Amino acid sequence: MMQCSVTDSVTVEDVYGNDFTAPDQPAQPTRPAASDEPASFRDVLAADGRIEPRDEMPEGYRRTLIRQIAQHAHSEIIGMQPEGNWISRAPSLRRKAILMAKVQDEAGHGLYLYAAAETLGVDRADLLDQLHSGRQKYSSIFNYPTLTWADVGAIGWLVDGAAIVNQVPLCRCSYGPYGRAMVRVCKEESFHQRQGFEILHTLAKGTDAQRAMAQDAVDRYWWPSLMMFGPPDDDSPNSAQSMAWGIKRHSNDDLRQRFVDMTVPQSEALGLSLPDPEIAWNSDRGHYDFGEVDFTELFEVIRGNGPCNAERMAHRVRAHEDGAWVREAATAYADKRSRQARPPKAEEGAA
Amino acid sequence: MAGLFGYTLALADDALISAQRMSWWISRAPQLEEDVALANIGLDQLGQARLLLAYAGEVEAAGRGEDDLAYLRDEREFRNVCLVEREQTDFGVTMARLLIFSAWQCELYAALSRSADATLAGVAGKAVKEVAYHLDHASRWVVRLGDGTDVSHQRMQAGLDAEWPWAAELFDDAFLDTGLVDSGVAALPSSLRDAVDAGVSAVIDEATLTRPDVATHYSAGRDGRHTEQLGFLLAEMQHLARSHPGATW
Repeated sequence: MMQCSVTDSVTVEDVYGNDFTAPDQPAQPTRPAASDEPASFRDVLAADGRIEPRDEMPEGYRRTLIRQIAQHAHSEIIGMQPEGNWISRAPSLRRKAILMAKVQDEAGHGLYLYAAAETLGVDRADLLDQLHSGRQKYSSIFNYPTLTWADVGAIGWLVDGAAIVNQVPLCRCSYGPYGRAMVRVCKEESFHQRQGFEILHTLAKGTDAQRAMAQDAVDRYWWPSLMMFGPPDDDSPNSAQSMAWGIKRHSNDDLRQRFVDMTVPQSEALGLSLPDPEIAWNSDRGHYDFGEVDFTELFEVIRGNGPCNAERMAHRVRAHEDGAWVREAATAYADKRSRQARPPKAEEGAA
Repeated sequence: MAGLFGYTLALADDALISAQRMSWWISRAPQLEEDVALANIGLDQLGQARLLLAYAGEVEAAGRGEDDLAYLRDEREFRNVCLVEREQTDFGVTMARLLIFSAWQCELYAALSRSADATLAGVAGKAVKEVAYHLDHASRWVVRLGDGTDVSHQRMQAGLDAEWPWAAELFDDAFLDTGLVDSGVAALPSSLRDAVDAGVSAVIDEATLTRPDVATHYSAGRDGRHTEQLGFLLAEMQHLARSHPGATW
C-alpha cells in the first residue's frame, strides 16, 4: 500500500523550474568538485551549447536535473486538481470547454516532462512512486484551495504568469530535452495566462458580486504567487550551482521583480487592486517597489501545513491505486499479444 | 412527440450529460495518457452538445441560447437517455458505456450526415469523425480489460452488465414525431439497432466477454423521466450560473 507522507520527508521544493528548501531542512547534494566535470561537458557549457542525453555529464548535474524535471512534472499533474475542481461547475459551456482543454494541457505538460526526465535514465513509474511517497515534491502553490470561479481566473493570470516568468529562461536550459520541452510548455502557458486574465477581465466588468469575487481571488493568490519564485537569493542554497550549470539563468529575486513589473500594469488594466500598499513605481530603479514576502507561510506550506497538502496527495494516490487494475490488465494484454506474435521456440531453434 | 426542437435537444442533452460525466475523470484516470484521452473525448462531446443546443435554440426561436438551455432547465426538461446520466467512477463501467454510446453515436451521426436538415447534417458530418475515435478508444480498452487479467475480466464484465440494461432506450422510437423521419431529417432510432449491436458484439467477442443476459431497465429519459442521479448532476453543473441571474461569464 502506498504511503502518503507529505510532512516528514526531505522537503525540496521545485516551483516550475525553481529549486529551494525550507531553511531548516537538508539542501540537495550540490556540486561535485569542478574536476569531476568531464572536459567535454565544460566545453559545451562554456560555449552555451546543449548537453544531450548521451553526452557525458557529472552525476550531480544529472541528479539535479532529474529532481527538477520530475518535480516540475509532478507540479503539472497535481496542478490539474485545483482547476479541475471547477470543471463540473464552470458557469458557461464555453468556459467549461476552455477549462477542460486547459487542464488537459497540464496533463500533456506532465507527459512531456516525464519523458524528458526519462532521457536521464529514470522511469516515470519510479518518479510517480517518489511523488506518492512524499520523497519528491510539487509546487506549493497547488496546496491552496480554489474557493470560487474567480480563482480559476487568478490561477491563470497570476500562477501561470509566474510560471511563465520562471519557465521562459528554461527554454535555454543547458540540458537539451528539458529546454525543448519547455518551448512547447511555455507557448501553452502563455495561452493559459491570457485565458485567466480574460476570465478576470469579464468578472471585473460584470456585476458587483462578480467584481467582488475577482478581487477576493486576486487578494488570496497574489502573495502565494510571489512565493513561487522561492526565497530571497541569499537564502537559496541550490541556486548558484544551478546557474553555473546553465540550468537556472536568473536569480529568484530577479525573476520575482520581473513578474511584479509585468503584473502591476495588468492589474491596472483589470481595475483590480493588488493587496500590497507598498507597490509603487520607482523611477530610480526603473522597477516597481513592493512589500516584503512572508516566507514563513511558504515554508509552512512546504512542510505540509498548507490548506490542501493532504487532500492533493490523497486525490493523486487514490487515482493511482484505483487505476492499478487497469494498468496491470494493459500490461498482461500486451504480454499475451507479444507472445502470440512470436513464433514458438521450437521453430526458432529450427530456423 | 418531439419535433425538430425536441429531437435536436435530445441529442444535445445526450452529448452534454455524457461530457459532464466524462470530465470527472480528468486528474483521476489510471494513467496520464488516459487523462488526456478522456478529456479529449469529453471535449468532443461538449463541442457536439454546444452546436446542437445552439441549433435547438434557433429552431425554438424563443431567444434561448446554448447556456440558457444547459443551465436554466430542470430535471424534467432534460431529454437525454438515462444511460449517460448515472455516476461513472469505475473505469470498466466508463468503457462499457462509452462502447455502447459511441457505437450508437457513430451510426446516428453517419445517418444524420445525410439529413435533409443542412445544420444537422453539418454537425453530424463533423461529429462522426470524432465518435469514430471514441469507439476505437473504448473498443481497445474493452478488449484489453476483457482479455487482460482475471480481475480485469471480471470488472469489465461487471461494467458491461451494469450498462447493458440502459442501452435499449437509445433505440426507442416512441418519443419521436415520425414525420421527421419521413422527411429525411431524423434517423429512426430503431433502424440503428442492428448495426450497433453487431459492432458491440464483435468487440465483446474479441474481449472474451459474454454478451449480458440481463433484463432491460425501464427508463424514459427522452420523456424527462430520469434516474435520481440527474438532479444532483444538474445541481452541481448549474448552481453557479443560476446564482448570478443575468450575469455574463
